[in-house]
Amino acid sequence: MFISFDQVTKTYGDKTQALTDTSFKVESGEFVFLVGPSGAGKTTILRLLIHDLVPTNGTILLDKLNIATLLKAKIPELRRQVAMVFQDFKVLFDRTVGENVAIALEILGKPPNEITKKVKEVLQLVDLTDKINQFPVQLSAGELQRIANARSIVGGPKVLLADEPTGNLDPTTSWEILKILREINKLGTTVIMATHNVDIVNSMRKRVISMKKGKIIKDEKSGKYR
Amino acid sequence: MGTFSNTWRHIRRSPYQAFAAISVMTLTFLVSGMFFLLSVGSTIVLKYFEQKPQIIIFFKDTKKEADVNELQDRLKLMDKVASVKFVSKEDALAIYKEQYKNDPLLLEMVSADILPASIEVSATKIEYLPDLANLLKKEADVSDIVFPEDVVNILVSWTTSIRQVGMLLVIFLSLVSLFTVVTVISMKIALKREEIEILQLVGAANWYIRMPFMAEGIIYGLVGSLIGWIVNVLILVYASPLLMPLFVGIPLFPIPLVFYAIFLAMMLALGTFLGILASVLAINRYLRN
Repeated sequence: MFISFDQVTKTYGDKTQALTDTSFKVESGEFVFLVGPSGAGKTTILRLLIHDLVPTNGTILLDKLNIATLLKAKIPELRRQVAMVFQDFKVLFDRTVGENVAIALEILGKPPNEITKKVKEVLQLVDLTDKINQFPVQLSAGELQRIANARSIVGGPKVLLADEPTGNLDPTTSWEILKILREINKLGTTVIMATHNVDIVNSMRKRVISMKKGKIIKDEKSGKYR
Repeated sequence: MGTFSNTWRHIRRSPYQAFAAISVMTLTFLVSGMFFLLSVGSTIVLKYFEQKPQIIIFFKDTKKEADVNELQDRLKLMDKVASVKFVSKEDALAIYKEQYKNDPLLLEMVSADILPASIEVSATKIEYLPDLANLLKKEADVSDIVFPEDVVNILVSWTTSIRQVGMLLVIFLSLVSLFTVVTVISMKIALKREEIEILQLVGAANWYIRMPFMAEGIIYGLVGSLIGWIVNVLILVYASPLLMPLFVGIPLFPIPLVFYAIFLAMMLALGTFLGILASVLAINRYLRN
């Protein structure tokens, strides 16, 4: 799925400019890092892509669909194609690991047997098969992140957005999460990951969009985070 | 996990709120059901009296047949009169014989001569009875006029009161139920704000988020109306043998099974309606965005 930001500006109510005339394109199946200090506009870009925020100016295209002018009723459909992994995991603490992952399929109206099968498959991918009946409160931060990853990919989205998915994790677990994201990308899913993690960005040799104060300052095909 | 599981989880996680909502619904449907039954019962009794010959005018033997016929013709032309029936002395004897067929002694002592001829007049509305009675009293050669004025007046007054008090109580209790369920569901929506936000972020459609709350309202309505119906039916079944002797001849008892089924369907339909209304109000108020 092709993504295009054209002269996108996002201004908050108090005149804070989170994004200023930002333009970039992401090809289908690409793996892109968004890097920069806090307040650079990384999360704003991701939230604009799932229509959690609406741009003040500019056009955001997802193939031919203009997200900026998307009707409210079409938002759920968009979020099934563009899934997001949050830094704070956003898992449901009153549901088991399996149930948390199954939500993404239930909302698509999949039959129960298909849900069970796919949940098992994806939990195997993120190495949580043995935790299927456990509640999030019994799990570590790394495992919670993996639930969030599993939930975001189980429905087969075309784009996966990850907002600081390794922010709360130790280096070993961070690498495990990145391995999962790389696997998902290999399957054809476009991945855009916002991160501060210098080691990961520098070792992956993927496209890096560097941001500062709401503007893109560098866009390198096989970049580094300096 | 479908809507039912999500709804069940909502109810199970806050059983006291669910108990409060179901209790108020039950009270509403218990009282509404009672007033409905009283209203139906009193209407049947009233109709019974309305359909019976309401005024009987007994004539003296001196009344000529031509005058009786002329009186019948005049009555038939009146808007207030539904029907007029002449009962001759012979007819009166036949009625008497039928009534006392088990008492030969009483039958031996009576002949057609000693019984008066009469006409039975039915009014189109029970309220017209006193006017008709006053009019007929002015007729010549009338020995007696009989009509169940007191019974009918009391019945009309009771039926009207039952309907009015019942309607007021039903409206009041329905509003109390409605606001209780609205409050309970609103509290649950507020408690589940984070869960709702997560569901929205993973692409859940509005119906998926709203359906468990809607189902919860429907369950409160259905359970409340079902318990209300069961209690009403138990009271009715228990009271029927005690009431039967008081309503001999009036087609109240035994109550047909189809009536219980219709009564149940009505209660469930109203319960569902009230539950849907309450949940829609709560959802529209707190889940608009």
